[in-house]
Amino acid sequence: MSFPLPEPTPISQPYWDALKHGRLTFQRCRKCAHAWLPARAECPNCLAAEWDWTEASGKGRVVSWVIYHHAYHEAFRDKLPYNVALVELDEGPRLITNIVNPEAGLKAERPVTVKIEDEHGVALARFALV
Amino acid sequence: MRGKYVIAGIGHTQFGRLPGRGTVSMNVEACRNALADAGIDKSVVDALFVKVPTSKYQSMYGQTLAEAMWMQPKVGGVWDQGGATNISTISFACMAIDAGQCDVAIVCLADDPKTGTRQAYEKAWGDDGAYGWFSVAAGYGMTMQRHMAEYGTRPEQFGEIAVAVRNHGANNPHAALRVPLTIDKYMQSPFIIEPLKRDDICLVSDGAAAVVVMSETRARELGVKAPVRILGFGQGQTSYDVPYRPVLTETMAKASAATAFKMAGLAPKDIDVAQIYDCYTIAVMMTLEDYGFCRKGEGGKWVEGGRVAAGGEMPINTSGGLLSETGMPGLQLVMEGVRQMRGTSVNQVKDAATCVVSNQGGIMTTHSTLILGH
Repeated sequence: MSFPLPEPTPISQPYWDALKHGRLTFQRCRKCAHAWLPARAECPNCLAAEWDWTEASGKGRVVSWVIYHHAYHEAFRDKLPYNVALVELDEGPRLITNIVNPEAGLKAERPVTVKIEDEHGVALARFALV
Repeated sequence: MRGKYVIAGIGHTQFGRLPGRGTVSMNVEACRNALADAGIDKSVVDALFVKVPTSKYQSMYGQTLAEAMWMQPKVGGVWDQGGATNISTISFACMAIDAGQCDVAIVCLADDPKTGTRQAYEKAWGDDGAYGWFSVAAGYGMTMQRHMAEYGTRPEQFGEIAVAVRNHGANNPHAALRVPLTIDKYMQSPFIIEPLKRDDICLVSDGAAAVVVMSETRARELGVKAPVRILGFGQGQTSYDVPYRPVLTETMAKASAATAFKMAGLAPKDIDVAQIYDCYTIAVMMTLEDYGFCRKGEGGKWVEGGRVAAGGEMPINTSGGLLSETGMPGLQLVMEGVRQMRGTSVNQVKDAATCVVSNQGGIMTTHSTLILGH
């Protein structure tokens, strides 16, 4: 059974490498200071191609979430029901993630903090409700 | 351009499971039926606007289809805005005719995700597949959850939409699903991706549909029996994928409708019947809000008490929409708008003189609006 692992590109490789070393990062534009995820080659705000990877505080809030009761991939059948959440970091970028302690009361706007976990040898940025 | 162009004919195939047909054959059947409905010969058609099939991508599909009908259209090809494509191509047809680029256009689509592949609807969203982020449905679920959290919208209110549309479809002999729905049955419907229940989700269907577009003058010259006037159209492309759109509960449907209403010289209060793209009940709720039938966040309250059901103040999706007639992306709603204006719907709204139709694609990523009327 194959797990749907990320497929890093030259642009996104630093993101996955940083997670492996316990750091959640995002891109920040050198021209306009816009911050974003996921990795892309140009700033979507001012279109400049000069940016840096910046370490995130790891703090954010829940924007929304869903709970899967149906597996669209065999690797997730044993995890049902599982949650997928949308988190906005304090610095602005948003990411798709899982909440590791949904029993604490998954709600919109609840603060979360990053909890990097191993998944089939890859470090993923999951979050915990605080 | 208000009222200058018409939908002269409509045609479709059966809806449901159509194994072994292929999209070209289904498209040809729908075009043949639309030409017959308009009462014209294919030789007068000089434009062919086609939606790209999602179940199998083919390069230059518009020309493959033209060849299958031995046509050499002046203007022709495929356009891809997912489910928003059809109303957009109807508007492009009007603009192309207005600019003297062509005279009579066919707008059509065919797809076979039921017997072919549903990959387009069920795949992982890039690297986020590692978090289990799969499917189009999940994006609608994420949006629905936010709507509930932000505005207190309740499951029963989404149920109002599903019940109304499914019951309209039960009355339509062409509908793929003719099983009526009650609010109790809706509430018992299992979660697929919570908060989305099975009965919030549209059908997956094979089938094709086509409409013929020309000027009102040309329709008169050709002796078209029941042309329906196009009063307005508009588009709005949200473009951002769900996680990245600034406000999850707002889309460019608002801009699309504003453009169409302005062109038609009408407001939501002037509309008699609506065909609202119902791939998921949350899409209907947000479209009604974005169109200005009610304020943002008040859609739940607005649909209560059977307002959107036959006999209500604003019946929607009177042939059963995507939830019941066919999962086909959008043209069934345009055809039903035409039938309402002709007075031939199975759930005819008495004296209906105006109809707004919405088309949208992706996860409310694309949007187009059409206003039909007398």
